[in-house]
Amino acid sequence: MEAPVKVFGPLLSPNVTRVILCLEEVGVEYEIVNVDFNTGEHKSPQHLQRNPFGQLPAFQDGELMLFESRAISRHVLRKYKTSEVNLLREDNTSEAALVDVWLDVEAHQYDPAIAPIIYQLILVPMSGGTPDQKLIDESLEKMKKVLDVYEAQLSKHKYLAGDFVSLADLSHLPYTVHFMATPFASVLDSYPSVKAWVHDLLSRPAVQRVISQFPRY
Amino acid sequence: MAPVKVFGSARSTNVARVLVCLEEVGAEYEVVNIDFQAKEHKSPEHLARNPFGQIPAFQDGDVVLFESRAISKFILRKYKSAEADLLREGDLEEAAMVDVWTEVEAHQYNPALSPVVYECLVYPATRGVPTNQKVVDESLEKLSKVLDVYEARLSKHTYLAGDFVSFADLNHFPFTFYFMATPHALLFDSYPHVKAWWERLMARPSMKKLGASMAAAAGIKA
Repeated sequence: MEAPVKVFGPLLSPNVTRVILCLEEVGVEYEIVNVDFNTGEHKSPQHLQRNPFGQLPAFQDGELMLFESRAISRHVLRKYKTSEVNLLREDNTSEAALVDVWLDVEAHQYDPAIAPIIYQLILVPMSGGTPDQKLIDESLEKMKKVLDVYEAQLSKHKYLAGDFVSLADLSHLPYTVHFMATPFASVLDSYPSVKAWVHDLLSRPAVQRVISQFPRY
Repeated sequence: MAPVKVFGSARSTNVARVLVCLEEVGAEYEVVNIDFQAKEHKSPEHLARNPFGQIPAFQDGDVVLFESRAISKFILRKYKSAEADLLREGDLEEAAMVDVWTEVEAHQYNPALSPVVYECLVYPATRGVPTNQKVVDESLEKLSKVLDVYEARLSKHTYLAGDFVSFADLNHFPFTFYFMATPHALLFDSYPHVKAWWERLMARPSMKKLGASMAAAAGIKA
């Protein structure tokens, strides 16, 4: 029997969560190996061998060592794909292209708007700082413009790339789960299709298995 | 078969990203300019192609796409040949390495390098503002750390994903091309393997051709 794959980094770190969600979706055995950010373990020679930029996550599957969470996610979904779980759609050029489009939208439009809000509201207080309200307000305005586009797309299709769930949808969850635990979750009330899509994704068994391990804020 | 259409200016970096892939696979294409001055990128026609009102957008028959890396992958998959297999999706490990270094370009290399291009070339030309030296200096410092990693990688392999050229390498073309037209091009001299890799890429017909037209359009010596 093959050894379980290894994910290096804490589950709660959004980029690590992204990979874990994919592993749960395909049902592959995995082991989470913690890397202690607070002691600078991510910059240790050992970790730099896995991820030369000293970031999280890193990933090991047999002899293959990978980093960058979206690349790791693609590898997991490609290698462990089944007839029931096909989240990249690489057998269909047009479908695969739409998955790629909305995955890039997540990385280049959605994340830059939502990440500062999560960072300011959750991470900054954890290290004893005060949230930057101006930055939060600006980020919320950016996020609403992005959500306008998502609302239009999701009122036409059940999921982002079409009427099938894909990595494009799942990739949004790490930051979105944290966002839903902030007072700004009510922003989604003005975007009913987006709100329904978020709740649909959160109810997936694989997603539930992961987020049930998150502490409640 | 009708040529595919790429919407946007041929000298725009993200448009050039798509064009270099089209050149590599030898697909026929047409560039349809989008007039930023006339706010054409925010017109209903263009928003129907790219709901974020950005460039490029792309059309191949019924397929309409946006986001330059997604467009590029569609092209490299659909028009793949024995000579042009730049995604390596037939091999799990090779495909994974292409994905890793494609992400590295997007999340590490470009954020460090592109501000230098914007401050030294783009903003002075489009906004008439002087270069913000502080931004340039901070970016060059970040870029040096990134290039340390690239130097280590490229002393072990001819190209980023392994000993084969791939989409990961091509992604670096547009912004690096313009970087080499700034006074900071000399930074690459401190990274001999990176410099050699760049020169190998620029020797490719696709990049020589696009580089010449980008230089002419931007009025730069490259």
